[in-house]
Order: sequence, then structure tokens, then C-alpha cells
Amino acid sequence: MRHESPSHGIDLDALGRKKQAFNLASEPVTLEVPGLSLFYGSKQALHDVRMNIPKHRVTAFIGPSGCGKSTLLRCFNRMNDLVDGCRVEGAINLDGQNIYRKGVDVAELRRRVGMVFQKPNPFPKSIYENVVYGLRIQGINKKRTLDDAVEWALKGAALWDEVKDRLHDSALGLSGGQQQRLVIARTIAVEPEVLLLDEPCSALDPISTLKVEELIFELKSKYTIVIVTHNMQQAARVSDYTAFMYMGKLIEYGDTDTLFTNPAQKQTEDYITGRYG
Amino acid sequence: MIDKDNLSLHISQQFNAELEEVRSHLLAMGGLVEKQVNDAVTALIDADSGLAMQVREIDTQTNQMERSIDEECIRILARRQPAASDLRLIISISKSVIDLERIGDEATKIAKRAILLSEEGESPRGYVEVRHIGEQVRKMVQEALDAFARFDADLALSVAQYDKTVDREYKSALRELVTYMMEDPRSISRVLNVIWALRSLERIGDHARNIAELVIYLVHGTDVRHTGLARQKPAGEAGDNETPAQN
Repeated sequence: MRHESPSHGIDLDALGRKKQAFNLASEPVTLEVPGLSLFYGSKQALHDVRMNIPKHRVTAFIGPSGCGKSTLLRCFNRMNDLVDGCRVEGAINLDGQNIYRKGVDVAELRRRVGMVFQKPNPFPKSIYENVVYGLRIQGINKKRTLDDAVEWALKGAALWDEVKDRLHDSALGLSGGQQQRLVIARTIAVEPEVLLLDEPCSALDPISTLKVEELIFELKSKYTIVIVTHNMQQAARVSDYTAFMYMGKLIEYGDTDTLFTNPAQKQTEDYITGRYG
Repeated sequence: MIDKDNLSLHISQQFNAELEEVRSHLLAMGGLVEKQVNDAVTALIDADSGLAMQVREIDTQTNQMERSIDEECIRILARRQPAASDLRLIISISKSVIDLERIGDEATKIAKRAILLSEEGESPRGYVEVRHIGEQVRKMVQEALDAFARFDADLALSVAQYDKTVDREYKSALRELVTYMMEDPRSISRVLNVIWALRSLERIGDHARNIAELVIYLVHGTDVRHTGLARQKPAGEAGDNETPAQN
């Protein structure tokens, strides 16, 4: 909502948006969405979404249930291909290449764009085997390589110190927070470029949540991270940029500080302050 | 850009009530402080030491209000984690309270000068200036609070910009009083008391401007402090170049 000051002729609203710690327009782009619509059968779930996901930053998607944020997240590694009746129009460019073009190796895409889900889903195997699972699928079986990968992936996921003495115990014996960090270790073991986190902390207690958030902060120096969360304080804490979605549309997208202190759109304001939409 | 009606639209009715309550407490404190300023100036001019004593008594009350409003703000921050306009409201209230409390302190200082001057008996020079500047800063305080009550950023901007007029008049009053003192050294101690009172009034104007700037922040999310914005001329007064602001 623009405001024209009648008595002074000074655009105060514009002045408020000048200074930004982060400037989306000047960031290198990892994922470019030049215009994407998605349909589940006849129902349109995403309406011409246009956005750029900046490299080595944390981008959070917020919005009410059913607004399309998880759907959009799943588009980034084509998880929606598995949904019956799902149709995508438009493109998503990963490092300049459209991931929806013909002949894309979806398994390779999902290696480059890893995903972590709401509930920790470790495989019913040992901690060690969980981490090296992706590497074994790639045909890597050399013990030395796998040992190294386990160590750095678990260190990267801030889990190494807690599990280094029981790598061959079942992963199911870990706590929920540890399981989630194990899943993140499994995801980064295959050295992806992008990490998609779909409400990664919603099943965790506050302390485990903080550990995962701390991990996200450390991981962003190496990975481009996109996180979907229902917890707005979490989005405010961990992200550099925040996108607010509503009814399948991208309403507002900008640096997190501005979005949480002085959003431009009334819909964003109403949502983040808990008002009637 | 937000407006006042927005306050009552939260899904949590409890939150609506808390915000409304802390806001009304701030305005109540503002009313009290405004009365302090008014009474202090009247006490000085009318040499009414009884009224001056009252001003000093109200100060304990405003100090108490500062603490309780701050407590409310901290509680809301801790329990509600307000965002966007709610966050700006709480921050603005919590900062405005500091300025209001200081305005109260300055009014108390004026009251103290009023008591000293009333003991000296004779009506000294400089009362015209005190009355004039006193009226101007009282109006600034009142309008800053009105702007806060109505979320009126335009009014707030006028208040902030008016501060430079007060500064200018304060300086010219000082020059005049210095002349009196040179002409009649016996008047020095009396005139100094008037100068201290004027100084307090000028500071009250500064605090009113701070509150006005917080209202602009509250409404637009724009921090106009130290930007020179408040010193810019209103668009309508272009061409009036004869009275440039000092400093």
C-alpha cells in the first residue's frame, strides 16, 4: 500500500525500503523460476510463480496451509512427477538449465537437489549405512572413500560427536532430532548443490530444532538452502530471504529483515502478525 | 503503512487487548506529562510555588508509569514475539516512554526554577519568551501524542519539523537575555534561572520531536532519525529561504 503524504510530498514508504542488508537483485542465482504454474488435475495449485533463489543463501517459504509452498519446493527436484494428475507449465532453471526439459536424468537431478522431509525418515539400517546409501547407489564401494564420507557428512550435520562410537548401531535408536540430522547427513553425503527442507523441525523438540537451525546456518556457506516452515519465528531466525505465498501465488518476496519488520503487502502483514486474512 | 483499526484484528483477542491496553497507558502517561509541562510554565510565569510543587509530585507518578509500561512491553515481546507493525508499535511505545519520562523530568526542573524565582519576588525579564516557547513545546508534545493516538504520520512530520522553529526562537531568546545580563549584572542570578527554564523547554521540544519520529517509524517503518528529513522544508513552503536552520 503506497502512501502519498498530502502535506509534505515526501514518500516515506519508499524511504523505508531503501536500506537493505541483503539485496536480492544483486545475488548470484542458483534456481531461476521464470514463470511456473502447476495443476493437480483441473485445480491450479501454483499461479505463474516467478522468483530467483539466490546461491548459498537460505530462502524460506511461508504461508498458510495449502498455499502451495511445499508444492513449489517439490518442483525444484521434480518430486511432483510422482503425483498422479500433476501437470507443470513453465520452467525452472538450475544453473541456467531447465530441469523440466526433455531427457533430464531425474535421479541425477535429485542428487544435485537433495530433500529433507518433515518426519525424519532414516532407513532401518545402521547409521553408517544410512549415510553412505546414496554413494553406494552411485556404485561407490571403496571402504576408505565411504569412511571419509561418513565422517565429513556427519560432522557437516553436527552429529559426528554424538554418534562416532556407535556408527554401526541402528539409526532407529537415535532421537528424533538426531535422526533428522542423520537424514541431512545422508542428503549432503552425495554433495548436492541445493538442499530442500520441507518443515524439517516440525516433529522436533525446541532444543533439537535449534540444533538443526544452527546446522542450517553452517551449511549455507556450501549449499543453497530452501526451507518451508509453518513456524514464522523459525523463518525469521534462519533465512536470509523470505517468500510469502497465498493461494498458489507468490505475494511478497524479499530480504527477511524487511519482510518481518515492514512488509510491503497487507496480506503479508496480516499473516505474519496473526490477523484475519 | 498501517492504521489504528489494524490493532483490533488479531485472531488472538487477548493480544488485541494487550496492545490496546499498553497503547492507552502510553497515552495516559502522555496526558499527565503534557499537564506537567503546562503547569510548570504557568507556575513559573505566575510565580505559583504551590502549582510548582504539584508538578514535582506528578513526576513520581510518571516515573512509576514508565516502569509499568516498560514491563508490559517486555511481557508482550517475550510472550507474543510480535512482528511487522505490532513489533514497530511495541518498540515505538517502549522508546516513547523514555522521552515522555524525560519531558516529565524537564518539567520538574522548570518547576524547581519556578520555586526559586517565586522566592525572589520580582518578576524578571524573559517571561514573554518562556510563555511563547512554553506554549510552542506544549503544543508539540500534545500533537506528537495526538499523532501517536491516530497513527498520523503527517502530523508527526509537522511536529518533527517544527522543532527547528523552537530551536531558533530559543537561540534568539538566549541572545536577548544575555544582553539583559550585560546591562544589569544584578539580574544575572534571576535571568540564569529563566535561561535554565528555557533550556528545559527546548529539550522538551527535542523529546517531542523524538516521539514524532517514532510515530513515523510506527506508521511507515521508516527510521527518519538523523536523516535530516525532519529538517527539510515542507513542500508547500518552497521559496522561503530567508530563515535557514542553524546547524
